[in-house]
Amino acid sequence: MDLRFTPEENAFRQDVRAFLKGALPEAIRKKMVEGRSLSKDDIVTWQRILNQKGWAVPHWAKEWGGTGWTPVQQHIYQEEREMLPAPDPLPFGVNMVGPVIIAFGSEAQKKRFLPRIANIDDWWAQGFSEPGSGSDLASLKTSAKREGDHYIVNGQKTWTTLAQYANWIFCLVRTDPAAKKQEGISFLLIDMKSKGITVRPIQTIDGGREVNEVFFDDVRVPVENLVGQENKGWDYAKFLLGNERTGIARVGISKERVRRLKELAALERVGDKPLIEDPAFRAKIAAIEVELKALEMTLLRVVADERSRKSNRPNPASSILKIKGSEIQQSITELALEIVGPYALPYERDDRGLLRNEPSDGPEWAAPIAPTYFNYRKVSIYGGSNEIQKNIIAKAVLGL
Amino acid sequence: MDFELSEEQRLLKESVQRLLADRYGFEARQRYMAEPEGWSRQVWRQYAELGLLGLPFEEKYGGFGGGPVETMIVMEAFGRALALEPLFATVILGGGLIRLGGSAAQQQALLPKIADGSLLLAFGHVERQSRFDLFDVATTAKKDGAGYVLDGAKSVVLHGDTADKLIVSARVAGARRDKSGVGLFLVDAKANGMSRRGYPTVDGLRAAEIQLSNVRVGADGVIGEAGNALPLIERAVDIAIAALSAEAVGAMAAMHELTVEYLKTRKQFGVPIGAFQVLQHRAVDMFVALEQARSMAYFATMMAEETNAIERRKAISAAKVQIGRSVKLVGQQAIQLHGGIGMTMEYKVGHYFKRATMIDTLYGDADHHLAELARLGGLVSRA
Repeated sequence: MDLRFTPEENAFRQDVRAFLKGALPEAIRKKMVEGRSLSKDDIVTWQRILNQKGWAVPHWAKEWGGTGWTPVQQHIYQEEREMLPAPDPLPFGVNMVGPVIIAFGSEAQKKRFLPRIANIDDWWAQGFSEPGSGSDLASLKTSAKREGDHYIVNGQKTWTTLAQYANWIFCLVRTDPAAKKQEGISFLLIDMKSKGITVRPIQTIDGGREVNEVFFDDVRVPVENLVGQENKGWDYAKFLLGNERTGIARVGISKERVRRLKELAALERVGDKPLIEDPAFRAKIAAIEVELKALEMTLLRVVADERSRKSNRPNPASSILKIKGSEIQQSITELALEIVGPYALPYERDDRGLLRNEPSDGPEWAAPIAPTYFNYRKVSIYGGSNEIQKNIIAKAVLGL
Repeated sequence: MDFELSEEQRLLKESVQRLLADRYGFEARQRYMAEPEGWSRQVWRQYAELGLLGLPFEEKYGGFGGGPVETMIVMEAFGRALALEPLFATVILGGGLIRLGGSAAQQQALLPKIADGSLLLAFGHVERQSRFDLFDVATTAKKDGAGYVLDGAKSVVLHGDTADKLIVSARVAGARRDKSGVGLFLVDAKANGMSRRGYPTVDGLRAAEIQLSNVRVGADGVIGEAGNALPLIERAVDIAIAALSAEAVGAMAAMHELTVEYLKTRKQFGVPIGAFQVLQHRAVDMFVALEQARSMAYFATMMAEETNAIERRKAISAAKVQIGRSVKLVGQQAIQLHGGIGMTMEYKVGHYFKRATMIDTLYGDADHHLAELARLGGLVSRA
């Protein structure tokens, strides 16, 4: 048992940090620090910089562009990226559909899609949730009927993040309405330019437009776009959802945001002193830091364990990463809201994504804070709500 | 970054667990508690035979040269077994002060005897007014020839009633809450002017109130630097907190297992109560709190011997906060989910609850350490 990073791992961290720091455009970094949303261009620009270095898809098999890093190195890379703070490569491509295609796709699909995912030549969206299928995902109704060498897709997906930029979407569709609900589902890759697809934005309570509804009306999808076997889509979906065991903890991002909290609390004054000097407020930040350190250690336990794991069964501790990770992210946005005080109120309608010309009504850093607080209520809902996570732990870990 | 135990550590863990499984059934524990000293001399000898009492000491002193990981392994097993013997007071606290701050002569004289089980130590430091502040010492040590004369009183000295020798803090200079001027002195339990009153603690262990009036200590009884012992005390206490964290994890893990087992077997309304989602989620909340505490016990273990005192103190405080909070959640819910049976002396879970709860109050509770961590600037740097 040696709970420290090796000298090699520390050296790797220095190399990663040096490269990322030099490569990230300052305008993007500034938006990330301030919690403003990124444009499509920002995300594409950054992912291509990473891809040029060979670091867009480090976790993929080497023949498709992976780096062959150990789980600890991958953890270090992600943490350094998050702490900079730099954007993630687009997760719907590199973390979701990419690994599914590598594991279950045809050779033709691999050749066609994987390099374009790594270089974000295609922008992928995730078509899982439906209006009637949230936590009970397997009840989904969007249908795909085989007609010759096409599937005809009808139905509706929702909460489709950034679908407004997408030219491809991977969908779970029902191909056998007679089978038990998990057994009649297939995994389809659908060109967003196909006739019969409509994207309608959903505005969230923060005013943002990051999610959408996607409607499918007699959309023709070539059968070659089926991943793996027909009616096996649920297995691939489970693979996809179980694939990211560690990234979900968001430890690096939360560290950066705690740093930011301290920075902001030093700017804001209470009475004649900076807020950061108020012992009660410091204790609130410290309480988050304790939770975050505990989460980091839990994450490292899981990461260290990945190396020696033979089976595909996740470490029981990994199931708590989503719950604690989301709670910590939310409590940080809550404290930021407390710091900003009355200037939480002015609402800059164009805050998310677009630059304004007029100066802010409050401190320059204040505008994104309340919207971010409201927006971050999502993190305990998406990716399997925290209540669903608890159901999973109760069953899979505790045997209840 | 490797959380796997080495072969030797695995063997240590197995042998400690085996010994405690043999010797620490619920009934046996009740019997040991009823012995005159409140614990078992016979089991104590077996710890010595297994090498547990010399675990952190160098081999030349009859020890094993173990580090914080070995201590963690033993303390977690103690937590699971609810062991009563004064290993923490003698080996971790007392032995720790001698190991870290004693002269070569003191180490030579004392450590081998601790290791072979023939010497019991206790650390008399806390006072009626000091609460959790390690620097708050009113007991005085006045220079007297080459030695000192001690006067004062020490509170809740863990296993102070059975100790052969006590290590006592006393002020050689300065005001009560000054950070300098504190000394550490080795006092024989039978020394003239020493009086002690032993009593049981609420968690089934033992402690004592100690009075010192005109107690003479020779030059050979001064541990470390007489006016500057606070850094040594902090170091030893930090290592002790790491050990207590592991003990708390052992107790919490046991409570969680008992509770989950109970949810599976207790039937009401015709089904095991674990079929109810509200209880399932409560059991998961306990699991999350337990694993977060385990992670912080690892962190405390990793940082216990850190040479940068500020970094070490921050890490230990953070761990103690998490332990305190987890102990409250896991312990209270363990009782709640057991219902009436959890309230009884004859059932095990309440005994774990009491021990784990008392660990929160030892050497600073969660609120104290949260304030300390905040005062020291927290864990994430602002730059």
